[in-house]
Amino acid sequence: MFEEYSMAELTDILFMQGFAGLILFSVLVLMALGLAIIFGQMGVINMAHGEFMILGAYTTYLTSHIFETYLPALFDGYFFVAMALAFLVCFALGVLVEWGMIRFLFKRPLDTLLATWGLSLILQQSYRTVFGAREVGVTLPEWMMGSYAMTETIEVPINGIFVMVLTLFIASGVYFLMFRSLWGKQVRAVVQNRPMAGAVGIDTGKVDRYTFGIGCGIAGIAGSAFTMIGSTGPTSGQLYIVDTFLVVVFGGAQSLIGTIASAFTISQSQSTLEFFLSGSMAKVITLLIVVGILMLRPQGLFALKIRQ
Amino acid sequence: MCIFNYESGSRDNSPVLKRRSFIKTLIAFPLGLILASSSLSWATSPTSEVNTTGLAVTDDTVTVGILHSVTGTMAISETGSVQAEKLAIDQINAMGGVLGRKIEYIQEDGASDWPTFAEKSKKLLVNDKVASVFGCWTSASRKAVLPVFEQYNGMLYYPTFYEGLEQSPNVIYTGQEATQQIIAGIDWVVKEKGAKTFFLLGSDYIWPRTSNKIARKHIEKLGLKVVGEAYYPLGHTQFNSVINKIKLKKPDVIYAIVVGGSNVAFYKQLKAAGIDLTNEKPLLLTISVTEDEILGIGGENIEGAYAAMKYFQSLDNPNNTAFVQAFKDKWGQDIVIGDVTQAAYLGPWLWKAAVEKAGSFDIDKIRAASPGIELTTAPEGYVRIHENHHLWSKTRVGLAQNDGQYKVVYESEELIEPNPFPVGYQ
Repeated sequence: MFEEYSMAELTDILFMQGFAGLILFSVLVLMALGLAIIFGQMGVINMAHGEFMILGAYTTYLTSHIFETYLPALFDGYFFVAMALAFLVCFALGVLVEWGMIRFLFKRPLDTLLATWGLSLILQQSYRTVFGAREVGVTLPEWMMGSYAMTETIEVPINGIFVMVLTLFIASGVYFLMFRSLWGKQVRAVVQNRPMAGAVGIDTGKVDRYTFGIGCGIAGIAGSAFTMIGSTGPTSGQLYIVDTFLVVVFGGAQSLIGTIASAFTISQSQSTLEFFLSGSMAKVITLLIVVGILMLRPQGLFALKIRQ
Repeated sequence: MCIFNYESGSRDNSPVLKRRSFIKTLIAFPLGLILASSSLSWATSPTSEVNTTGLAVTDDTVTVGILHSVTGTMAISETGSVQAEKLAIDQINAMGGVLGRKIEYIQEDGASDWPTFAEKSKKLLVNDKVASVFGCWTSASRKAVLPVFEQYNGMLYYPTFYEGLEQSPNVIYTGQEATQQIIAGIDWVVKEKGAKTFFLLGSDYIWPRTSNKIARKHIEKLGLKVVGEAYYPLGHTQFNSVINKIKLKKPDVIYAIVVGGSNVAFYKQLKAAGIDLTNEKPLLLTISVTEDEILGIGGENIEGAYAAMKYFQSLDNPNNTAFVQAFKDKWGQDIVIGDVTQAAYLGPWLWKAAVEKAGSFDIDKIRAASPGIELTTAPEGYVRIHENHHLWSKTRVGLAQNDGQYKVVYESEELIEPNPFPVGYQ
């Protein structure tokens, strides 16, 4: 397997593959965080998660156009504005959806599944009507493209570093929000015991609404970031949804740490296997590993202990 | 308006044909053409004569079907084909229609779902009795409708370049089959660029796999080397590992048949990994990226890649200039036209030529008339229908530009014979 490469090449392989794995890890975490918050904290399976991501991507597309036309001097920095806007737009739509649909379907997980799936179809068709069936190309500022050459053979993609930094930033933001803020305390209280949380004066409806909104908002940021590495079209969201669910379920639905651990496991095995096998076989083996572990631990890698 | 001439090559002496040769002499005068199509209308040939099998043909109209996905994943690709077919139908109607009958179409949506394609094609053939169908895009959808077309004896004009290994009496394949697209492209890159080693890459389904099989056979026949081959599931978005592999194997050519949304991810990540395609180290040759796909990928990400196709929007000939202008006038100035869109545009014209050569709308007569039909004014230049229902056509290589267009750098001298069952390549 290795005999055809020299020692120096092997070191480079190891380094570049390690980095490819880390990029995939960041991408998976970024995709899954929003879903994990909604699924874990509210028990709602949001099938429209991918479409929220694409809404973020389309917001980025529009922002890039506005900057190109009206503020060409500031084009280098438009991406940060785009991400903020993506969060706001998706947050607003998320809150609206929760208010108009999800809150009537509480404690009916299968119905939310169907309803959000319907929502995803509605969103896809709306994108198709507004932006056309074809994919759109998002122009990136020059500095975000290309790679940074560390040695002659080792080159690190700049967008990969960007996604990693962004993931770190968002993940710490979520951690702070969930475990270090009053609002996070309220969310956790509602998850652990909804009637009791209500009884001590927490507005559970409001907590739910904002939880859903924030989950969707993070999906929007992820979608915005993914314009760097993937496609933006009406159905592009479907490309991410399976991997996202895989990460969340494997990690244990209610644990954010679990989500991160599972993203790490999946990304490392996937990228290592991809190097030695064909991409399709790598996927098959990764899925078999996940299925095997879920058979032994149906609750996922990490699970909250809650008195039922 | 783009006017098509065709040669029938038939020596049949039916009254209908005599009248057409009379009109042919008039075609020399544009005014004569208008007179011919209005006053000497074909409608004098009675419907009972030109339609003996109960198709949807009246004294002044003929109904055809358009069957593509306008919703779902494939809508991205199939929209262009629908637009091209509608444009061709409009232009034919403006010239007086087919056998003096105006073409009307019934459009059905296959919704990117293969059973839906089968169901809708049955509806078009059985309920609507359409005289022909222009449609399908993916091989899967074509395979799904094939039994329906064969059972109810319909005629399908299929526009996409595809893997070959098929030849149905009920389908005319207006795109290239695999050998037409692959062999000339590889010969070019070997001869012009001195390529010795290849890395084959593709999405994981029948078309890329069959195509790469042919490519590998041909590369090995030339005494050259395939240093790697990898497939990724449809919709895969992470190509960093395979890009690392490519960097280590250092092939002269990346032969890429990645499709759909994966394309965008692949080219963006290739660029991000520091592989600048304009350096041609390695060179990238694809058969799956048309101008349509570049819209999503972005010209700056694919600049410098080569594509082997039969048509590029930038082709410099009078037919194509007229076609591109008409297409833009109808569908918007910003629109781009890819290989398949052009092939879809040929469908209605080839059908018209076959009907007029046969002097009938009957499917069996169209089938008999089809081989040998030529279009001298196709946007891609000149095409002719082969006995095996595929088209003789030229292969071209284009170099992707920053603005999303291809610059044509090579054109095969001869028309390349379609060979859907290549011996020694399977």
